[in-house]
Amino acid sequence: MTERITKSMAKNIYYGGGTFALLIFLALTFDTVHQIPKRSNQQNMTENVVAGKKLWEDNNCVGCHTIVGEGAYYAPELMNVFQRRGGADEGTFKAYMQSWMAAQPLDTPNRRKMPQFNLSKEEVDSLSDFLIWTSKVNANEWPPTIEG
Amino acid sequence: MKYTSQMVAKPYFIFALILLAGEILFGLLMAVQYLYGDFLFPLIPFNVLRMVHTNLLIVLLLFGFMGATYYLIPEETETELWSPKLAIITFWVFLVAGVATILGYLFVPYAELTELTFNNLLPTMGREFLEQPLPTKVGIVLVVLSYLLNVIMTIVKGRKTVITTVLITGLLGLAVFFLFAFYVPDNLIMDKFFWWFTVHLWVEATWELILGAILAFVLIKVTGVDREHIDKWLYLIIAMTMVSGILGTGHHFFYMGAPEYWLWVGSIASAVEPLPFFLMILFAYTMTRERKIQHDNKIALTWAKGTAVMGFLGAGVWGFFHTLAPVNMFTHGTQLTAAHGHLSFYGAYIMIVFTMVSYAMPILRGRPHGNSQKAQKVELTSFWMMNIGMIGLTLALSIAGIVQILDQRVGTELIGFMESQESLAGIFMVRAGFGVLVLAGLLTYFYSFFVKEEAK
Repeated sequence: MTERITKSMAKNIYYGGGTFALLIFLALTFDTVHQIPKRSNQQNMTENVVAGKKLWEDNNCVGCHTIVGEGAYYAPELMNVFQRRGGADEGTFKAYMQSWMAAQPLDTPNRRKMPQFNLSKEEVDSLSDFLIWTSKVNANEWPPTIEG
Repeated sequence: MKYTSQMVAKPYFIFALILLAGEILFGLLMAVQYLYGDFLFPLIPFNVLRMVHTNLLIVLLLFGFMGATYYLIPEETETELWSPKLAIITFWVFLVAGVATILGYLFVPYAELTELTFNNLLPTMGREFLEQPLPTKVGIVLVVLSYLLNVIMTIVKGRKTVITTVLITGLLGLAVFFLFAFYVPDNLIMDKFFWWFTVHLWVEATWELILGAILAFVLIKVTGVDREHIDKWLYLIIAMTMVSGILGTGHHFFYMGAPEYWLWVGSIASAVEPLPFFLMILFAYTMTRERKIQHDNKIALTWAKGTAVMGFLGAGVWGFFHTLAPVNMFTHGTQLTAAHGHLSFYGAYIMIVFTMVSYAMPILRGRPHGNSQKAQKVELTSFWMMNIGMIGLTLALSIAGIVQILDQRVGTELIGFMESQESLAGIFMVRAGFGVLVLAGLLTYFYSFFVKEEAK
């Protein structure tokens, strides 16, 4: 198969194909950047949600959990934890989060452990608001089930 | 060794291999913590182990690529390196920054580390693979700039070949796409979208150019095949890489908040992604068949063929398993991703570093015809130990992923994540076992450096 292809043909496929792919990629990127605010309900991104994201990063939560399917696979997916543990009710979820975060690490022997992060009540609330906001992102019907 | 400045590659190779040992060691510690949650807890929580494991991988590959570049650039350009001194300074700066970062991860709680390292000024931390403190990220930029400067200045004054052009394109891409590590929007979805510009466009585009260039260089050296012929293959491989890899980024945008059209664009483009890896296999085997010389360093050629095959399996086949959008709906964020990640990084990138080390290190140590037959035999044993170990742990992780999907995502009687993971203890045990084999393989590889030369 490769006998019929010359070096200059291969070179042209590289430069031509690469440029073509890059241009399409740039155009789609441009469109995606315009669509993300709507798909993620950016208007609901309160100060608390932004503070929650910062806490999520400062404590390296993604080092164990996945969120929207990305991260580590040591601990559960958290995009839909609002539905799973809070029944999609803000009051229930926030109360759950307060008691859950305070109870860490659980003393079940050899269960995978979540560290105690010593967050204040307000911080846990921000983290909850961030997770609630994330749960409402339009991710093309993902995750497929409540178990995440 | 034709040029004395090639010698600067040596410390890069040695340190890359030391970091690899560390990476595998931390991988094993994680494998144990997967089974026994109390192991090392709270001394080193899982997220810290993982951060050390993945960051060591990234840094060791950068050291490996730099060593490979410094070795091949003088020979390709037929001139001494622009500044060997700068290359050595860069080495020590990167070493100190790397070690300091790892020690920071291990001995300072992460939240405290973010405060100590000015993360509040410009938040960039706490994102997968890009956990490095701001000073480290800035350090990486400086190291890469000094490396690029050295390589570009050498190319400018010397001969230009297809290999040098492809290599420098890959290196420039590496530098440019790393800059997205500094862009962290408040919107998580926007953040994730641009995060992939570093992560995907490194490993599935620009790094593949670097891989192709190194592979082509070693094949020219050990097979003696005509450069024109090699160049054509190299262009063809990287053409397929660019055509599939750039739009293939779309396979990460299926289910993370990006628009629907990515389901199509990502699926179609990334279905082509195995092709460049398949071409690499054809490339390596065709060049071997058509070789003009019988190089005494046989093991270097074995690694070259090995990286093509294992890269195809890990990146191509294991990538394809879950790259189509309807399948990815179920596999997204499971152990299948981990399986693919392990075999592809090992096959494509760790093994190309081994290929280069295996070819260049004997020459740097004054053995132009390669190591002794006895040493090569030991190295071949380590080659198989590591390959079998990696395939074994990849299969174990794949089974774990499939069980996880059946447990949590298919049917009506679903069980939760923790329960599903507990049922996987046996398979995680198997994974750890194969991990031990990989470490034993690496130690055997290290031993091959110390096998005494036979008297001639």
